[in-house]
Amino acid sequence: MKLVLDQLTKTFPNRNKKGPDVVAVNSFTFEIPDGTLVGLLGPSGCGKSTTLNLISGLERPTSGRILFGDEDVTELPPENRGVGLVFQNYALYPHLTVRQNILFPLQNLKGDARPSKEEMLRKADEAARLVQIDWLMDRKPSELSGGQQQRVAIARALVKMPRVLLLDEPLSNLDARLRLQTREEIRRIQRETGITTIFVTHDQEEAMSISDLIVVMSDGVVQQIGPPQSVYDHPDNLFVAKFLGTPPINVFTGEVKDGWLTLGEDRVLKLQGAPEGAVTVGVRPEGFRIDAEGPFRCGLKAVEVMGRDTSVVGTHPACQSETFRGIIPSEDRDGAAGDTVRFSLKPNKIHLFDPATEAVLRDWSVAP
Amino acid sequence: MNETYAAIEKRAARSARIRKFLTYLLLVFWALLVLFPFYWMILTSVKSYGAYNTEYIPKFYTLSPTLQNYIEAFTAVSLGRYFWNTLLFTVVTTALMMAVIIPAAFAFSRLEFKGKNIVFALFLSLMMIPSELVIITNFVTITNWGLRNSYLGLILPSVTSVFYIYLLKENFEQIPDELYKAAKVDGTSDLKYLLRVVLPISRPTIVTVVILKVIECWNSYVWPRLITDDPFYFLVSNGIQEIRENGFGRENIPAMMAAVVVISVPLIVLFLIFRKKIMEGVSRGGTKG
Amino acid sequence: MKTQWKAWLYLLPAVAFLGVFMVYPLVDVLVYSFEEGYNFASQSYSGVGLFNYSYVLHDPYFLQAVKNTFLIVIITVPLSTGLALLISLGLSSIRKLRDLFQTVFFLPYVTNTLAVGLVFMILFKKTAYTDGMVNLLIQFFGGTGVDFIEGPYWAKMFVMCFYTIWVVMPFKILILTSALASVNQVYYNAARIDGTPRWRMFTRITLPMISPMIFYLVITGFIGAFKAYSDEVALFGTNLNAAGMNTIVGYVYDMLYGNSGGYPSFASAAALILFAIVFTITCINLLISRNNVQY
Repeated sequence: MKLVLDQLTKTFPNRNKKGPDVVAVNSFTFEIPDGTLVGLLGPSGCGKSTTLNLISGLERPTSGRILFGDEDVTELPPENRGVGLVFQNYALYPHLTVRQNILFPLQNLKGDARPSKEEMLRKADEAARLVQIDWLMDRKPSELSGGQQQRVAIARALVKMPRVLLLDEPLSNLDARLRLQTREEIRRIQRETGITTIFVTHDQEEAMSISDLIVVMSDGVVQQIGPPQSVYDHPDNLFVAKFLGTPPINVFTGEVKDGWLTLGEDRVLKLQGAPEGAVTVGVRPEGFRIDAEGPFRCGLKAVEVMGRDTSVVGTHPACQSETFRGIIPSEDRDGAAGDTVRFSLKPNKIHLFDPATEAVLRDWSVAP
Repeated sequence: MNETYAAIEKRAARSARIRKFLTYLLLVFWALLVLFPFYWMILTSVKSYGAYNTEYIPKFYTLSPTLQNYIEAFTAVSLGRYFWNTLLFTVVTTALMMAVIIPAAFAFSRLEFKGKNIVFALFLSLMMIPSELVIITNFVTITNWGLRNSYLGLILPSVTSVFYIYLLKENFEQIPDELYKAAKVDGTSDLKYLLRVVLPISRPTIVTVVILKVIECWNSYVWPRLITDDPFYFLVSNGIQEIRENGFGRENIPAMMAAVVVISVPLIVLFLIFRKKIMEGVSRGGTKG
Repeated sequence: MKTQWKAWLYLLPAVAFLGVFMVYPLVDVLVYSFEEGYNFASQSYSGVGLFNYSYVLHDPYFLQAVKNTFLIVIITVPLSTGLALLISLGLSSIRKLRDLFQTVFFLPYVTNTLAVGLVFMILFKKTAYTDGMVNLLIQFFGGTGVDFIEGPYWAKMFVMCFYTIWVVMPFKILILTSALASVNQVYYNAARIDGTPRWRMFTRITLPMISPMIFYLVITGFIGAFKAYSDEVALFGTNLNAAGMNTIVGYVYDMLYGNSGGYPSFASAAALILFAIVFTITCINLLISRNNVQY
């Protein structure tokens, strides 16, 4: 099911009654193609959960429209939308068994839509098998591990074949190992069912790893939408560049002078088409290459070996934070010794931003 | 399609309105049922004796309120005496009880001694014993001690409560161990730790217990009735019963109501002041009936 | 070792009071109940046996008291719990005036039952001078008045139960309102997403979630109602036997009030019978709740 959000806006009255309304979501416009897995990503309080609640119908938008396929569901209460929602803490009914929990949505159906008893049981079993918990059907939620509860919650959301599946921070209550496993699981389930799925997360790695599309939000405003790799490689603005990637992107205050990208005193790259003047420069950690002749001269603070890769912590006068961090292959780490180190920078790992608007500057290339 | 949604919404809105109306109807009905006796007692208490007795069909209002009944209530029967007795009984009993149960709760929660668990289990098992079972012997004991018709006899059996010890102990245990260890390192004695650290931190619970006990004392009827037959030692509950059966002459209902108002007011005022605290305390540890 | 000794010092007052006024009486009441022909003045008895029990069980006043008590229990516990649930549901569904309603509903808890009982008596009583408020209401709606305080048994039982419910409601409303508030909103959201009808939300989510509290109220309600006494005194006066409205607890106390120190043996036997009844019923309640409280 294709999902369209059109100028979706939600404001809440200020808690301090005299203050202005709080805009949780600001004219969110987005078309999600059928059968995609979308990661809604942003720091906490950015409006992503509100967006989810708007799609599920738990909250009413202040303005804007929501369409499932061609059907306008904006004014429809949640029960008539056909959405499945998996809550952050699962919201499994503690007094019902796994089977009863999964059956619950089906038993709410009325009239022709209501399947026969056998049909319900069959559907519940099917959903349970899909998430691989069919051997736990007679347990109570309190007897399950966190990961198993998560699966039950997904099965409960899937059993009525929702048009859209929504997951609110699906992995945040799991430990690190389970998180890896479960996110693969979500990907697999989504593939098998083909249901358009939106999940909310504040963890960029989570979103990057399994989504077809990611939506980066900040302060109620959509910052960028696109396939994960493309958003990572081509951030629209400084916020997106900073938010994606671990370790985070290194930010420098730079200048384009006579066509040269200059960081402090170092002329690191000859550019073509870049406007002269001050720029904010982002360099991905993997954009540093140890090079005894390199133009980027830095102080060396620490070298941390992390197996395959080595992390180099350096200082540079143009760096906006105290230190920056580069990731280099471990076999190159011999070059990083002493008090100083020199790097050359990989052009495709460098992003230039307008210092005032923080928007990315795209119309440049490396001079031959 | 849009009309259908509108229709759904309209129907939902209408049933929500009806539900809301019924809800408020029920709440208002019960509120009236609760308030009416209070209204009636205040109303009757300001009607003059003559006016009340000529109303075959009682009026819902009065145009000539009088305080005569209140004067009557304090002069014709010794309401002031009952009041004073109850106040004394309530204050002394509550104070004594706190002095008894706080150290006990502290010992159970913080001090280490042999047999602590067994003793505590015995304490807990006492919670299941209904007072009706032990009141008989207590009556005999107090009588044998010659304490009938005395304040001591009224007070002594009510100065311990296993339940409140339990409540306080649970609360004391929530104070982090570190505080006790820090106090020990600083050379603070147990008693000083109890007075300077435990009591201030547990103040909310202690206030709760005090309030519950005050309510209990103010309304206690059964034990005082057993142990006193001299009106000099009557508490308000017994006083009311006495007034009903012998005072004023049976028919002076306005004066009776004045006495009832006077008796009810202190607790209601206390309640209105400490509303949040009392309701919270009762839901945590109170029962009635 | 010094701390050991000190700890016992902290416990001493509580242990002393409980020993004298709870543990000793517990043993004593058993002894009394088996001592036949106990005379309070001379503190002597003529034999040991079950006579006290058989006397009490054959005493028509006791049997009347048992009947009254059971009626009060059976009528008031379910009615008050159900009504309290209804009112609490109402309370938690509104925003406006909620605090006001809650405060008003709680008032009976902090009033002296004896005092307000007197008001109820006046409202329900029929005298030569006036038929009383309630009777006027009944007549207004076309019924015939009846003296609820000194009239027929059913009328007296009606006021009795009415007043008992009035008195126990605040506690139940308070407990149920906070139980309802403690049900996590997320379950209702989940149920809404699944299009759960209102009634089903109540029976399948709300009710099971608050069932521990409901059972708690039923159990304490049973225990409380079995010990009914002062409400009865408030309405019908101290001579409950004459009014035919005595309760088991009332019977126990009546046995103690005599001029010569009463009959502690009979009182003890009656108290122990009451204890046995309450104990049995509580056990049954707990068994049922273990099978039904869902988590």
